[in-house]
Amino acid sequence: MIEETAEVEQELGAPREIEHVAGKTVQLISFSVGKEAYCVDIMAVREIRAWTGTTTLPKTQDFVRGVINLRGIIVPIIDLRKRFGQGHTDPTKTHVVIILAIGDRLNGILADAVSDILTVPEDEIHAVPQAEGETENPFIDGLVTKDKQMVALISLERLIDQAVVH
Amino acid sequence: MDDLEQFKQTYFQECEELLGDLESQLMALEDGERDVDVLHAAFRAIHSIKGGAGAFGFDQLVSFAHTFETVLDLMREEKVELTEDNVLTSVRAGDILADLVNAAQSGDQLPADHGADVLQALTVIAGGDAAAPAAEDGGEEDDGDLEDLDFTPVRIDLEDGAEPSAAGGDAGSESAPLDLDGGAPAVYRIAFRPRTEMLQRANEPLLLIRELKELGTLTATVDVSDLPALPALQHDAAYFSWTFELVTTHDLMAIEDVFEFVTDDCDLSIEMVEETSMPEAPDETAEVAAADDAGTAEPQGAAADGQAGPDKADGAAAADGGEAAKADAPKPSEAKAAKKDKAKSQSAAPAVSAIRVDLDKVDRLVNMVGELVITQAMISQQSDQVLADRYPDLVRGLEQLFQHTRGLQDSVMAIRAQPVKSVFSRMPRLVRELSMQIGKKIRLEMSGESTEIDKTVIEQLNDPLTHMIRNACDHGIEDPDKRVAAGKQAEGTILLSAEQRGGRIVIQIIDDGQGVNRERVFAKAVEKGLVAADANLTDEEIDNLIFSPGFSTAETVSNISGRGVGMDVVRQNIQKLGGRVSVRSEPGKGSNIILTLPLTLAVLDGMIVRVGGESYVIPLTNVIESLSPQDGDISLVAGGGDVISIRGEYIELIYLNQVFSIESNGTQSNGLVVLVEVEGGGKVGLVVDEILGQQQVVIKSLEENFDPIPGIGGATILGDGNVALILDVTGVRSLQVQASAASAASAASAAAKTETIEIEECVA
Repeated sequence: MIEETAEVEQELGAPREIEHVAGKTVQLISFSVGKEAYCVDIMAVREIRAWTGTTTLPKTQDFVRGVINLRGIIVPIIDLRKRFGQGHTDPTKTHVVIILAIGDRLNGILADAVSDILTVPEDEIHAVPQAEGETENPFIDGLVTKDKQMVALISLERLIDQAVVH
Repeated sequence: MDDLEQFKQTYFQECEELLGDLESQLMALEDGERDVDVLHAAFRAIHSIKGGAGAFGFDQLVSFAHTFETVLDLMREEKVELTEDNVLTSVRAGDILADLVNAAQSGDQLPADHGADVLQALTVIAGGDAAAPAAEDGGEEDDGDLEDLDFTPVRIDLEDGAEPSAAGGDAGSESAPLDLDGGAPAVYRIAFRPRTEMLQRANEPLLLIRELKELGTLTATVDVSDLPALPALQHDAAYFSWTFELVTTHDLMAIEDVFEFVTDDCDLSIEMVEETSMPEAPDETAEVAAADDAGTAEPQGAAADGQAGPDKADGAAAADGGEAAKADAPKPSEAKAAKKDKAKSQSAAPAVSAIRVDLDKVDRLVNMVGELVITQAMISQQSDQVLADRYPDLVRGLEQLFQHTRGLQDSVMAIRAQPVKSVFSRMPRLVRELSMQIGKKIRLEMSGESTEIDKTVIEQLNDPLTHMIRNACDHGIEDPDKRVAAGKQAEGTILLSAEQRGGRIVIQIIDDGQGVNRERVFAKAVEKGLVAADANLTDEEIDNLIFSPGFSTAETVSNISGRGVGMDVVRQNIQKLGGRVSVRSEPGKGSNIILTLPLTLAVLDGMIVRVGGESYVIPLTNVIESLSPQDGDISLVAGGGDVISIRGEYIELIYLNQVFSIESNGTQSNGLVVLVEVEGGGKVGLVVDEILGQQQVVIKSLEENFDPIPGIGGATILGDGNVALILDVTGVRSLQVQASAASAASAASAAAKTETIEIEECVA
């Protein structure tokens, strides 16, 4: 990872490099939901586990898949695909659950697969462009480019806020 | 800073215990107990509170505790008589002390004159000459006042003071260790100058000197040259320094140990002067010591003169021993000192039998054991008949494991259990204050204080209990003249009792007052729209209407009770704890409020049911019976839901699959009905697909990581590792009511009983 960062810095040239030394870098875990790539701050990630069945929570919104037993702790699982308004995930054994610490709570998010760990300078997280007429995804905090692919950084607080809808 | 906070926290924890202890000792005094041990115990409690308060700089608390302590000391010295008034003042002082501790803990500022009347009364008890009330303190530290007063110049007869210590106490004991030890005694010279900080941290030079004396023959010389003139004297500053010559067989380390806790706050030098190897040395030294002791007393005497007699100590300030602020000079050893030491060792002894453990640690342990129980359940599910035939030893081992796990679980739960005393002990004060406020005579009797119950339950029990006791005082017990007119004693009695019955704790509040006025309760309930005017309720049902939301029969809303939120909130709180509350009453004779609570909040016995693909746990305490309905038992009420007829009673049915939107084939033809009791004593039938069994489950919080879900009380982990949700049957019922909100009114025809609850909940 460190090598990669160095490479990026070299490509960008000397003037930027000084800024990088001064600025902080963040590490992100990227994963995929369908064809799209998303990432979350690595500091929030507690563990990544394979999909196991959940116990359905009645009277909750449809993106809440239910709860699992994480070594005695009851953790709710959010179906990211459903949360992003792209339909219900039909999970298999290869699907992953990323356990995240958000505020005081533990939450799991259901994704298709974990891809990579990205080390990115903070100032390379770009703001989400406000496209005219297009509905903007309220859960995206910023955009990062990795291997010419766009990776969307997820805002965890909004993700679990039941009041925020897509 | 964190350390200090931690110490503070520990201090307040201790205070809580000490205050409880104090309260019970004072109660004993109030009940006519005159044992000096009771006074000792009370004194110790106050003294410990004061000590810590001094260290943290809670001046108001220190000042009050000091006066209180002085009075108690005089009482145990039998210098102040234990009259009823004096005892009452002490009891009230205990209340004020608790207030001050609470204020210190919360950081609230109590008015400076809080408890001034009690303080005044205490000061009067303490003796006329000490009677300078708090009013006199200017900007000065409260702490100072009594000390200042002590400084009325009094000449002390030195001989009397010093002699007993030199001749009686010391000479004998001093030579003893030398003879016994037999090792070569050495002479050490110790220069010791306490700084003011040392006194402020509640370290008493006298104690150190005494400790030194234990080591061998001690000769002390005090230097009083720093002592300023009286006007310039700071009562809490250190002016003296000492030079000791110690003949001892102990080594340097032992001497250093004496000063271990004060090394930072004093100037100290210890040097060995000579090593005496002559066998006859001890005797000589002893003589010298005795002579020196007399000599030592002289400078002290001078100090006493110059500085206005620290030894009023014998009288009012006797309590000061062992306490920082006034340790101006070591008093010639008094009999009291020995007593105090004894008292200390007494109080130290029981501490060994208990340890203070962070609740989080216990909870972690409880959690781990919970996991173990689940794993255990999982394993025993696997051990079927085939296994039992092939590996009988293994299965036997598993059975033992099962028993041990249960034992372990019970033991761990017992750690969390605490006697209800900690919450009961707050009630006497409440009754005392209330009866004064409302002009009734009320006596509170308590029993079963040592009954143990989960700590979480205890914490949540305070408010409901307080409320119910208030209610009993305010509404239950009549005015004295009314009582006399009714042929009762003028003094009303409230009995607060706790006992364990099976897996539950039963707490009862029994008063001998007027009982529930059923006519008024019923009229009020009709007026508030809680019941229909033509409803036909039993006496018991009417009594229990007092727990309905928004109900209050008090004609005047006093500031004690009668806001109409009380009993309703009580019921809610108790139900949140998995408990139940009901009232039994006999007009003119009194009421009996009965609380039943689970022993622990960590586990519950549950019935596991299946609805569609999901398992749910119904708390067994809610379950009345389960049955499979026959054709014709179930009928549809127009505009409402289904009802089932059980032994002539119509009971509303709730289809769990519908309420929770679960795909299931649970219909009236093949579903099972579990009859459960909901809040307020009503019944509903829950329709499920299958009953899977009964099991003790470990309750897990759902709210830890998710928002509360209506109808769900919590979660648990079943033997297969899957999560099952625990139903909150009252919540489920509310869901049903919401679902059929439009038709709620017509559901009233279902049964008079359910009707009451129905409307109640609409109101809620």
